[in-house]
Amino acid sequence: MIIDVAKFVAQEREVWRELEAILQRMENDPYRRMTLPEARRFHFLYEKTSADLARLSTFAFSPEICGYLESLVGRAHGEIHESREGGRSRSFRRWFFSGFPNAFRRHLRAFALSLAIMLTGAGFGAAALRFDPDARDVLLPFDLPHETPGERVAREETAKKDRLGGQHSTFSAFLMTHNIRVSLLTLALGMTAGLGTALLLFYNGIILGAVAADYVLAGQTKFLLGWLLPHGSIEIPAILVAGQAGFVLGAALLGWRSRAPLRARLRSISQDLLTLISGLGLMLVWAGVVEAFFSQFHEPILPYELKITFGLIELALLSLYLGWAGRPRLDAPLPP
Amino acid sequence: MLLSRHNTLRVHTPEGITFSLLLASPLTRFLACAVDLGCIIVLTSALAYLTRGLGLLNADLALAAELAGYFVISVGYGMFTEWYWRGQTIGKRLLRLRVVDAQGLKLNFNQIALRNLLRCIDMVPGFYAVGGAICLCTRYSQRLGDIAAGTIVIRTPVLSAPDLDQLATDKWNSLREYPHLSARLRQRVSPRTASLTVEAIMRRQDLEPAQRVALFRDLASYFKEITPFPPEATEGVSDEQYVRNVADILFHKFCGVGNVVPATRGGGGGTERC
Repeated sequence: MIIDVAKFVAQEREVWRELEAILQRMENDPYRRMTLPEARRFHFLYEKTSADLARLSTFAFSPEICGYLESLVGRAHGEIHESREGGRSRSFRRWFFSGFPNAFRRHLRAFALSLAIMLTGAGFGAAALRFDPDARDVLLPFDLPHETPGERVAREETAKKDRLGGQHSTFSAFLMTHNIRVSLLTLALGMTAGLGTALLLFYNGIILGAVAADYVLAGQTKFLLGWLLPHGSIEIPAILVAGQAGFVLGAALLGWRSRAPLRARLRSISQDLLTLISGLGLMLVWAGVVEAFFSQFHEPILPYELKITFGLIELALLSLYLGWAGRPRLDAPLPP
Repeated sequence: MLLSRHNTLRVHTPEGITFSLLLASPLTRFLACAVDLGCIIVLTSALAYLTRGLGLLNADLALAAELAGYFVISVGYGMFTEWYWRGQTIGKRLLRLRVVDAQGLKLNFNQIALRNLLRCIDMVPGFYAVGGAICLCTRYSQRLGDIAAGTIVIRTPVLSAPDLDQLATDKWNSLREYPHLSARLRQRVSPRTASLTVEAIMRRQDLEPAQRVALFRDLASYFKEITPFPPEATEGVSDEQYVRNVADILFHKFCGVGNVVPATRGGGGGTERC
């Protein structure tokens, strides 16, 4: 059987046009919900167009029309068979108090691994500095190797003018963007089955451990805590969350304890990855503001006790937030 | 081991339909990326110009805004444009590329965000070296961000209405005089051969003269062999005209001789009879 293409097109054109119009409406307004009759009509048009495509591909030759119908069927197929939640806009309040902490808790093991690797790195950095003081120049970042902790504390506490020269906003923006970039890289390195993520966390741990050991060994623990805790109590957990996201990605690639195909595994974690990365982005924005406008002021302007207390309160609140926010209430009614 | 690469992704629907998506080549994607890089440079330059004005009021705030703005533009450009234009950036629009779900499903924001956030690993150590290498090695030309997000980049060529007028002939079709033979011809020609015939007619202007003559001679011989028409129907008809007459018979139904209604233009062009 060979189809009279022109006649066939003339007969079916209205069906295709109607389907195209519906698809266009759906793409213009992805959040619009169809009524039941509309959904039935849409499904009918999709099946009709699919059948037309099958007929045309089998009994006639018209690459242009086939291409057009394939594009229609492809678009409609995506709309009809899409079963993921996603796409629906959620309020920031709901995301903040439920989405992010729940995503964090769903992947607690990955966070524990992230923490363990960073602590191992910190232990290694501290030990290296303790047993090999010559390594100080290599281990410490920025301009820290150029002066001893004692010299720095004395310089900071006797400073007559603002060390940042009134460039706090710029410094804050730099910190935010830099830390978010590092976090994104930590997440993206999850594509190396988590190895790159682990290396980056270990490296950051070494630096952190070395700096901490340097100040503790020099008897400047109070200054260290006052300097690092206000922003570090948020910034370091944020980096750990980035590591957590990287390990979640790596685990999905490797497919441990899952028989699902790779695509399905990656698809299942994409929402959580995005939630985690958005959450840590927010944390790093806060940490950047605190570091530029609070952490850089030392005694006698700001007492260390105040800064340490502030940092500890932040850490406690963050722990409470990530640990308990958004948990379902035990007395909550079951969904129908 | 390199995976064998395809230039199309075929999607099989539960309805038993198969449709294909043309995959974009790494080179085309690189060109689109270069265009997008140009757009980012233009946007950040515009931002720098704007913040210069703010600098007159507060230099610190202006520099902070510039730094944050640069970051937002460089990271958010791809995300925003691909979300707004449903899988296309300016570069992709120019080169007719589109990001789609690798299973033919609806592209959602999570996928767009993830593939753009993971761009940083595809870019190392520079000029998308890692992403490009992975793209060349993977079956569906995916970079790492695409693999993680479950997306592919396809080509979306312009779909123009087929010019079926080329099939119709204004000349008298002598084969129509023999409806029983025409019916037999339609019965004996497979859809595949019919497709080949249409292709030959559609592309005849692109062929070299010698090849054109040879092709239509072979086709005409084949049709004459499977359904011989009386000599008076084929006398003086060139091979090419004979093949066009055959195509006319294959693709247009007739109720009988002289039963041709005036031509009406359909969606795809062509003539309508009976």
